Amino acid sequence: MSLQLKNLHCYRGHRTLFTNLDISVEPGRVLVVAGKNGCGKSTLLKIISGLRQADEGEVFWNGLSLQENATEFEQQMIWLSHRNGLNESLTAKENIQYSTSLANYTDVNISSILERVGLKGYANTPVRQFSAGMKRRLAMSRLVSKPAKLWLLDEPQSALDKAGIRLLDELIIEHVTQGGAVVMSSHHDVSLTNITVDTLTL
Amino acid sequence: MMKWLHIMASSAWFYRFSGQAIPWLMSAFIVLLLIGLYGGLVTAPADYQQGDAFRIIYIHVPAAWMSLFIYCVMAMYAVIALVWRIKLAEVLLISSAPIGAAFTFLALVTGSLWGKPMWGTWWSWDARLTSELLLLFLYWGVMGLYAAIEDKRTASKAVSVLTLVGVVNIPIIHYSVSWWNTLHQGPSITMTDKPTMPMEMLMPLLVMAVAFKIFYGLSLLIRARAELVEREPQSRWLKAVIEENNDE
Amino acid sequence: MNSTLQSLYFLAIRECLTAFRNRHEALSPLIFFSLVCVLFPLGVGASADLLRTIAPGIIWVAALLAILMSLGTLFRHEYEQGTLELMVLSEHPLIVLVVIKLVAYWLITALPLIVVAPFMAYGLGLTADAQGVLLLTLLLGTPVLILVGAIASTLTLVIPQNGMLLALLVLPLYVPVLIFATSAVNTVMMGGSAAGALYILAALCVLSVTLSPLAIVAALKIGVSQ
Repeated sequence: MSLQLKNLHCYRGHRTLFTNLDISVEPGRVLVVAGKNGCGKSTLLKIISGLRQADEGEVFWNGLSLQENATEFEQQMIWLSHRNGLNESLTAKENIQYSTSLANYTDVNISSILERVGLKGYANTPVRQFSAGMKRRLAMSRLVSKPAKLWLLDEPQSALDKAGIRLLDELIIEHVTQGGAVVMSSHHDVSLTNITVDTLTL
Repeated sequence: MMKWLHIMASSAWFYRFSGQAIPWLMSAFIVLLLIGLYGGLVTAPADYQQGDAFRIIYIHVPAAWMSLFIYCVMAMYAVIALVWRIKLAEVLLISSAPIGAAFTFLALVTGSLWGKPMWGTWWSWDARLTSELLLLFLYWGVMGLYAAIEDKRTASKAVSVLTLVGVVNIPIIHYSVSWWNTLHQGPSITMTDKPTMPMEMLMPLLVMAVAFKIFYGLSLLIRARAELVEREPQSRWLKAVIEENNDE
Repeated sequence: MNSTLQSLYFLAIRECLTAFRNRHEALSPLIFFSLVCVLFPLGVGASADLLRTIAPGIIWVAALLAILMSLGTLFRHEYEQGTLELMVLSEHPLIVLVVIKLVAYWLITALPLIVVAPFMAYGLGLTADAQGVLLLTLLLGTPVLILVGAIASTLTLVIPQNGMLLALLVLPLYVPVLIFATSAVNTVMMGGSAAGALYILAALCVLSVTLSPLAIVAALKIGVSQ
């Protein structure tokens, strides 16, 4: 897999967020996009995911532009933003079924997924009754519910306590050592044992 | 050809071009307006049925034509903006909306003023009047949606989609007089048949129509320049223009 | 292929589950509709002829307003929760997801109105054949209202309080539907045939079914790129 950003420019209103961005992300690497609030971290991640189009320049996945390669890219990518993407009226189990249905990857063992993110036993609890940290963990369960080459994480540490951040780091390390890549935005410093972290500061 | 189109789409070129064009358009508009008004108010003979009251036609009909014409032009800009993502098309689209709304409003008001002596009522809910009123709401909707969304590029995309969705209303207005039995008279000037009006009455009408079109071009350029400056205050071309003006 | 059908089936179920778990919210259009239809006879006085004449208008305006009121939040939960991003990024074409959602929405919101309408029509004094035409207009017209309203709702997704703007946007497109629907019922009540107006309503229905999803998808993509 290869992710390449070529000559990306992005403007918001009167401000220039970034120009002439040329980056390659290889398997086994973690790219952290750092910077102050409002400097364009989320925007850059949205551009990489295809949710937003850059004002100039293109994103390439495995050599083809995102438009040409959309299906393959969507299959091999997992997106996790600081919003949870949950339906509060449904139970944890139904939410997992929902996101796996959207990803068209329904062959999953729900209880083992829940166990992995520390929500064992909550399968039939409505998400409305979860705490913020638990909702975040449920959102993170998307990371382990399908095999993917690229993880795009926008502020993944928000609303997580220490144990949650530890879990996130574990998942990232697991993913990266198996050859995946991660692009994430963060306010905080990101340090992962034995993993090289490239930082891009906007 | 593509290079020429790209030059046309550049803000700097447009700003310079419009600055030069505006005085010409202004003079042409004033001249034609005076000719048209003189022709309509003085030279054209009084209508045998309505007397002098019919003269409001010289404002009402061109305004109504413009209300439809501008919306169609907006739809064209919307297609260009969505398909080729050209910023100038977005600017022209949103700059046209208030002008179109004003012409629609003018058509409705003059129509109402004409309706009172002719039909005895200020308003009726017949097909043409209602659909013209709905056109006014469409224009207002476009302006409202654009104003409500903060990021202007997003606003432009949303407004382009809205404009295209509303295009359905245009044929309804145009053909409403043929499809329904309405108070409003049928079309006397069509593209295909000879007009049913005598030449002395028709000429001022056509002159006014051209004058209004020129007015549209004029106010469009003025508004578009303002919108362009608002959108790109940090751009190089604008700084160059300001420096030029300071040097003078 | 089996997995795809399974996924889509679950997505449809999810709409119904959500509506069921939020029953009070899902029922408000129906309650509003019934309220309006009941209040009007009380408000205008119970003259049977008057009621019969304005009955089609009352029922249609009540249905239109009921749908309009609940359309403002069509994709709002998904937008705020971030689920919309997942929908756009899904392997399933966005247009399929939109269609599933809209069909579920019609079943949850419009179908109850259509079921209750005959009772309201009877209460307002409509004759049997007029009631039949009324039902037909509702069957043909409510999809148009929902589809066109969904376009406006998704265009205003990025605006927090979009109620008034939404109403302004849909009005030009709702009025033709309203006019044709009520004219169909009125013609039948005066002894004519409703065929002309019904055909036009059907044409509007087909037009909106084929074209609205495209506009809705475009508007959703705009909303998600923020």
